[in-house]
Amino acid sequence: MQEVIDTAKRLLSDGTVNRVAGWKAGEFPYDVTPAVFTTVEEIDNGFIYNDFCAPNLSKYLIKESHKEGKILVFLKPCDTYSFNQLLKEHRILRENVYIVGVPCTGKVDIGTVRAMGIKGITDMESDGENVTIHTLYGDKVVPKTETLGDKCRTCKSKKHVIYDELIGEDGEVNNDGARFELVEKLEKMTPDERFEFWRGELSKCIRCNACRNVCPACSCENCVFDNPGSGIQQRAATDSFEENMFHLIRSFHVAGRCTDCGECTRVCPQNIPLHLINRKYIKDINVFYGEYQAGEDVMSRAPLNAYTFTDCEPGIVYERGGNE
Amino acid sequence: MQVNGEFRPLIVAFCCNWCSYAGADLAGTNRLNYPADVKIIRVPCSCRVNPMFVLRAFQRGADGVILCGCHPGDCHYTSGNYFTRRRMTLLFSMLDYFGIEKERTRVEWVSAAEGAKFAKTMNEFVEAVTKLGENKRLEDLRCKK
Repeated sequence: MQEVIDTAKRLLSDGTVNRVAGWKAGEFPYDVTPAVFTTVEEIDNGFIYNDFCAPNLSKYLIKESHKEGKILVFLKPCDTYSFNQLLKEHRILRENVYIVGVPCTGKVDIGTVRAMGIKGITDMESDGENVTIHTLYGDKVVPKTETLGDKCRTCKSKKHVIYDELIGEDGEVNNDGARFELVEKLEKMTPDERFEFWRGELSKCIRCNACRNVCPACSCENCVFDNPGSGIQQRAATDSFEENMFHLIRSFHVAGRCTDCGECTRVCPQNIPLHLINRKYIKDINVFYGEYQAGEDVMSRAPLNAYTFTDCEPGIVYERGGNE
Repeated sequence: MQVNGEFRPLIVAFCCNWCSYAGADLAGTNRLNYPADVKIIRVPCSCRVNPMFVLRAFQRGADGVILCGCHPGDCHYTSGNYFTRRRMTLLFSMLDYFGIEKERTRVEWVSAAEGAKFAKTMNEFVEAVTKLGENKRLEDLRCKK
């Protein structure tokens, strides 16, 4: 999108900002990586914005906003929720950031494309409607809607909750609950089936910590998983308990703060559907303590930092049944 | 744990110093029976219990974990148990989602005057966990003897 690049160049040359956070091509054209640009030439040479720009830039602002001068950042609708959540936790200096909201129609997910059985991918292009996949065995054209990752297929909002400037039209919040469909499906299974499902998924975990490193909510300076005394510090999980433990604890630490940006699942090299764990927490919080969307605003209290006198008792989990 | 060829569960009970721990004391001085399988860990407030404690207990061989705190509204620190209530509801719901038997975890409010309730709760809980048998789904083989 030329408009995005023009905006970046305009704001950089008129002195509003001295740096631009955006995306540049990674190892492969479809593998886009976040980057910071400081000159117009750099933007001309490297800046891209296309249907592969899935990385959420908000987390990088924790470090970047504490540096000298203002930084321009491009945020997609779901990224603005993460930004707001970090702002609420006082991790970002708002005055050092200039936000330009960019429209998003969903991003192509390489994991989904590979799951279609397409092998030997050399390049990918998207024209907004269709994605052309170049492989060693010839080209293939698929509709873009089929190549979206799970987070985009069940997009929660096309509305920018925070911005200084907007490119294109602002969209609407999507409240149809489609994002909880898989969670509901899992809830309907018997505990044995659920156990088998999660064992099958989590036993693939190689503890690369990519989910933790990319997660905008996982931004503690000292992480429990880096603590040598914790017994589960930086190392591959050595047995089933550790695999469960890592994901249970990590998801609990972001419970009530997770904005459901889906980055964890996107970066997982083993394609574990980690967002299903976080979505379960979101769903539970919605059911037990009232609708809450993390990052929607900067004032509301997080559900786990608040209480009411009439909260449900933990026994509600047993009353729900389903174990027999 | 097998004792004389019979399965006995290992239960970890986190008890609040101000209510349930005194409740356990009262059960003792009243000569009320509750199984010796329950190992009590005293905590300053039920809110002190981090989800990690629960998982750690399972890792080190517990077959069931029960949390006892003051009745909502009676917290020594005003609001601790309200936070426990939310936190543990979510954690137990998540353990259930992972397919771990939900009968293995419980939260019960026991005041210092409720010695009888303490004994009754423990009897019921131990019975429920004995019926389930050994904790297989959240065990750590390295911690087994």
